[in-house]
Amino acid sequence: MITLEHVSKSYTNDGMPALNDVSLQIDKGEFVFIVGDSGSGKSTMIKLLLRELTPSDGRITVNGVDVARLKRRQIPKYRRNIGCVFQDFRLLKDRNVYENVAFAQRVIEIPTKKIKKNVPAMLSLVGLPEKYKSKTRQLSGGEQQRVALARALVNNPPILLADEPTGNLDPRNSWEIMRLLEEINRRGTTVVVVTHNREIVNAMRKRVVTVKKGVIVSDEEKGEYIDED
Amino acid sequence: MKISTLVFTFKQGFKNIFRNKVFSLATVATIAACIFLFGMFYAMVVNIQYSIEKVETSVAVTVFFDDDITEARIQEISNQISSRSEVSSINYVSADAAWESFKMDYLGEYADGYEGDNPLAGSENLEIYLKDVSKQSELVAYLETVDGVREINHSDATANILTKINELLSYVSLGIIGILLAVSLFLISNTVAMGISVRREEIAIMKLIGATDFVVRSPFLIEGILLGIIGALIPLAAVYYIYNNIVEYASQHFVILNDLLQFRSATDIFHVLIPVALVLGVGLGFFGSFITVRRHLKV
Repeated sequence: MITLEHVSKSYTNDGMPALNDVSLQIDKGEFVFIVGDSGSGKSTMIKLLLRELTPSDGRITVNGVDVARLKRRQIPKYRRNIGCVFQDFRLLKDRNVYENVAFAQRVIEIPTKKIKKNVPAMLSLVGLPEKYKSKTRQLSGGEQQRVALARALVNNPPILLADEPTGNLDPRNSWEIMRLLEEINRRGTTVVVVTHNREIVNAMRKRVVTVKKGVIVSDEEKGEYIDED
Repeated sequence: MKISTLVFTFKQGFKNIFRNKVFSLATVATIAACIFLFGMFYAMVVNIQYSIEKVETSVAVTVFFDDDITEARIQEISNQISSRSEVSSINYVSADAAWESFKMDYLGEYADGYEGDNPLAGSENLEIYLKDVSKQSELVAYLETVDGVREINHSDATANILTKINELLSYVSLGIIGILLAVSLFLISNTVAMGISVRREEIAIMKLIGATDFVVRSPFLIEGILLGIIGALIPLAAVYYIYNNIVEYASQHFVILNDLLQFRSATDIFHVLIPVALVLGVGLGFFGSFITVRRHLKV
C-alpha cells in the first residue's frame, strides 16, 4: 500500500539529509507507529507521503501511484485518499464543527443531501454528535482532535496519517484518541502514527518503526519505543 | 461544477467578508479611497474641460466678402466651409441684421436719425464656429484662398491660450492619474500583504484536505469582487453627494462667475463614472484576491 524505496530528502544542498536512504513497506490494514526524537525525520516522511515535499532521491508509491511523478493538478485527487491529522489540529477556526467536517466533503463535490447524512454519522463515531454547532475554538484539545479525525475520515480514505496526534493532549484525551485510531484501523483503514509518546507506543503493542537522524534503526512487529540514549 | 458546489462557493465568498472583518474593512477602505480620489478628480477635469469647450465654441472666425459678391456666391462659400471637418456651425449675418444688432447694442434711441439708411451696407458676413479652436489657423489659411473673401477677423491670442490650457490640462490630468495609480498600488499592495497573512493557514488546510485550486480560489475571488463592488458604491455615493452640494453652493454664492463656471449635470458625470468605478472596484477586488490566494496555492 505504501512503499518507500531508498528515499532521501535534503532541505539544503550541503546539509545533512532529513531522511537518508530510507526503505519501508506498509501493507493494507496495518497500524504502524513511526517513532523518534525531534528532528529525526518523522514529519518529513509524512510531508513526503502527503506530497507537500518531493524526495531528493528514491521512490515513494502509495496505492501504486508514484507520488513524486504526480502533476500539480493530480495532487488534490491523490490527497483525498489520505486522511491526515496533526498535532495542532489544523481546523478552520472561524467555522463550527459541522462546517469543518462537511468542508472535506464539499471540496470533492459530494451532494449536500449526502453531506447532511455523512457528517452526523462521523461525528457520532468520534463521540461529538451534540457539539456540531460549536465553534472549534470553544472545544477542548481532545475534542478538537476528534473533529480533525472526523474530517480526515469522512471521505473514507484507505490511509490515515497522524502526525503527533496526542502531542497537545493530556493523557486521558491521548488515550481516547488512540482508541479511536485503533477502532478506525479495525474497520480496515491503514493507520500510520508519527509520535514520540513512549507510554502509548509501548502499551499498544503495534508495529514500531524507529527513525534516528534520518535513518530507520529498527522496524519491529509488536515493538516498543526503544530509548536510544 | 455541480450547482450545490456553486451555491456553496457563493455562500463562502459572502461569509468570508464577515469572517475576516478587519481585512474586509481594510480592503473596502482601500478601494473606496482610490475610487473616491479618482471620482473627485474625474468630476473636476470634466468640468474644467466643459468650461473650456463652452469658451471655445463662443470663439468665432468672421468672414467678410467683396462688395460686388452675389448672394448665390456667398451661399456657395458657406456650403464649402460647412463641409469642413473642423467647423462646428456657421451663421450668416446679412448687412441688415448686422445693422439691427449694432443699433440695439450701441445706438438705442439715437438710431432714429439713420432711418432708411444702412451704414453697414456691404458688411454681410459668415460667423464660423469651430469644434476645436486649435484648428483655427488651418481654417484661416483656407479662407484666405477662397475667391470673393475680402477680410477675415479672428483672434490668434484667444485660440492659442485656449489650446495651451487644453494641453496643460491633459498633462496635469496624466500626472495626477499617475500619482493616484501609484498611491492606489501602494495601498492595495499593503492590503494584499495583510490578506496573505490572514489566509495562509486556511488555504494550507484546504489544500491538505484535497481541494483543487479552483475550489480554494473561487470563494476568495467572489469575496474580492463583492468587496470591490462595495468599495465602489461607497465613494460613488460620496462623490454624488459632494458634487451636487458643490454645484449648488457655487451657483448660489458665486453668481458672478456663472458665465465662466459651467458645471456638467451629475447625471452626465455619473453616466461615465458609475461603470468606470464599478469596473475599477471589481478589478481591484478580483486581482487583489487572485494575488493573495495564488501565493499559497503551492502546498
